[in-house]
Amino acid sequence: MTLVEIRNVSKSYIKGDQTIPVLQNINLSIGRKEFIALMGPSGSGKSTLLNLIAGLDSADSGVISVDGMDISSLSQRDLARWRSLHVGFIFQFYNLIPVLTAFENVELPLLLTGLTKRQRREHALTALQLVKLEDRLDHYPGQLSGGQQQRVAIARAVVSDPTLLVADEPTGDLDRVSAEDVLQLMERLSADLGKTVIMVTHDPRAARKAHRMQFLDKGVLADAPEDTLSECF
Amino acid sequence: MLLKILFRNAFRHKVRTTLTICGIAVAILAFGLLRTVVTAWYAGVEAASANRLITRNATSLVFPLPLAYKDKIRGVEGVTRVSYGNWFGGVYITERNFFANFAVEPGAYLKQYPEYVLTDLEKEAFLRDRRGCIAGANLARRFGWKVGDSITLKGTIFPGDWELVLRGIYRGREDNVDENQFFFHWDYLNETVRRTQPGRADQVGFYVITIAHAQEAAMISDRVDALFRNSFAATLTETEKAFQLGFVSLSEAILTAIRLISLVVIGVIMAVAANTMGMSVRERLGEYAVLKTLGFGNTYVSLIILGESLVIAVLGGFLGMVCTFPASEMVGRAVGDYFPVFVVARETLYLEFLAAILVGSVAALFPMWRASTVPIAEGLRRIS
Ligand SMILES: Nc1ncnc2c1ncn2[C@@H]1O[C@H](COP(=O)(O)OP(=O)(O)OP(=O)(O)O)[C@@H](O)[C@H]1O
Ligand SMILES: [Mg+2]
Repeated sequence: MTLVEIRNVSKSYIKGDQTIPVLQNINLSIGRKEFIALMGPSGSGKSTLLNLIAGLDSADSGVISVDGMDISSLSQRDLARWRSLHVGFIFQFYNLIPVLTAFENVELPLLLTGLTKRQRREHALTALQLVKLEDRLDHYPGQLSGGQQQRVAIARAVVSDPTLLVADEPTGDLDRVSAEDVLQLMERLSADLGKTVIMVTHDPRAARKAHRMQFLDKGVLADAPEDTLSECF
Repeated sequence: MLLKILFRNAFRHKVRTTLTICGIAVAILAFGLLRTVVTAWYAGVEAASANRLITRNATSLVFPLPLAYKDKIRGVEGVTRVSYGNWFGGVYITERNFFANFAVEPGAYLKQYPEYVLTDLEKEAFLRDRRGCIAGANLARRFGWKVGDSITLKGTIFPGDWELVLRGIYRGREDNVDENQFFFHWDYLNETVRRTQPGRADQVGFYVITIAHAQEAAMISDRVDALFRNSFAATLTETEKAFQLGFVSLSEAILTAIRLISLVVIGVIMAVAANTMGMSVRERLGEYAVLKTLGFGNTYVSLIILGESLVIAVLGGFLGMVCTFPASEMVGRAVGDYFPVFVVARETLYLEFLAAILVGSVAALFPMWRASTVPIAEGLRRIS
């Protein structure tokens, strides 16, 4: 069963009088509960594609539907609401709010739901337990290591129980051990919690955790080249 | 949580925020002091009673009126009391010690100005002593005068050394009463003038008229002036307020300039605050993009920015308002000779607060617009 359906999607940026095509005629289906890795050289359009799927940006042409909903037709306001309900975000640089504690960062997305303060607290605690940071509730991001911050970010991404998780180079800024922790967590989110995960990565070791790998080159989906595969397996 | 974010954001750059708060405080303080100067300028007008009229020579304030007018004025319907006096223009030791001093007909004058409060003993002593004089509490403090002291004024309009004895120190019944004035007996002046310059005797500089009903001021003024229309010295009668306003209007241009400067000060700090907010928000565009990614709308993000700006501006504003009191007291002491009443008006405080709110709101406008219009993807790309 497909969750994400991408049909003939193109996107270009206009810089001055120049049009830079970033994505060209992309077609891709992602199944429910699938864990997919998106790879490709720098500037190939991976982040752009991920942003389109997650409803952060809009395509020039083509259709993107998630769980039967054509998100390219939603207004900004509806799109924001849709994101808060259905998508969890994990970024390369964690992107926690520095003036909020780990606990508050995780609680943040729940403010947009109708949950009571007590329910919010329970949910946030559960999410933080999941990433094994229940003893760091009152730490500010600046007081946590990169790996810990990324785990807080993962807790924030799953706290509102979204269907889809998008991760843009989640291990890109981490040392090998922390990266391994984070990858194991991602794997569990997919296997145990049944999340659909789309992960952009440069790291073959990370990609190996995924069920499937897609390769993007100069804005076109392609088969993975031999060397990447050999690195992976 | 919104409050938490905006408060903590406000104090993220401690030095920057502190400097901005201080800047706003100084600007609000300057604004308040300038407004207080304007208020002080009008203080005489404010304190003027609507029940008092001033009659003077129609040609100019420097020309006198005959003493003989007194009885005629008293006969005018609606007039309850008349007194008279002269601007004496005496100098105490040196020109720098300027203060207003008048020779008045003391009995009636004190009844007409109940806001000058003397004890019964002082009043009696003053009225009994032809060389007696009284001074406002501020003035007495300024020169360290005590009741019983001898005070010599050097005459400028009326040459000679005038030896007086301080018989009382009056206080103002209200805040806005001028406590820097000095009064002595007109009779003492007149006797001496009769001996030395007989041609100038029995002349007064002004009459003060008390009327029964303030609303009859215009009518009574007309009646008084009609009496002397065809005399050698025609009169001009107006309410004490209008008379005082006449002095103020001379300097209307200066007051307008001061008002303008006070607005310029606010404008400048607005630009400074907007720059600070712009800087902070530019640094945080990524964070605002994250909030929007999570599903928070532009309204939420705008409120965080506006709130932060207001927190800083209001803190600065309060600091400035609090400082306005000691500062205006210091300034008041320094310029007390020129501004007998230098008090911060309540209205000035309201205006200061309003100005702070305005500074905070305006400073947030552009950053709010910026954070709202930057596309999320663009904002996220800034983080690296
Ligand atoms: N807002 C923008 N304006 C202009 N060009 C842009 C914009 N965003 C992206 N691009 C361009 O689109 C192309 C693809 O960018 P994208 O960030 O998707 O690449 P990427 O595959 O994620 O690269 P990386 O691996 O370095 O993150 C790049 O050439 C980039 O310069
Ligand atoms: Mg990228």
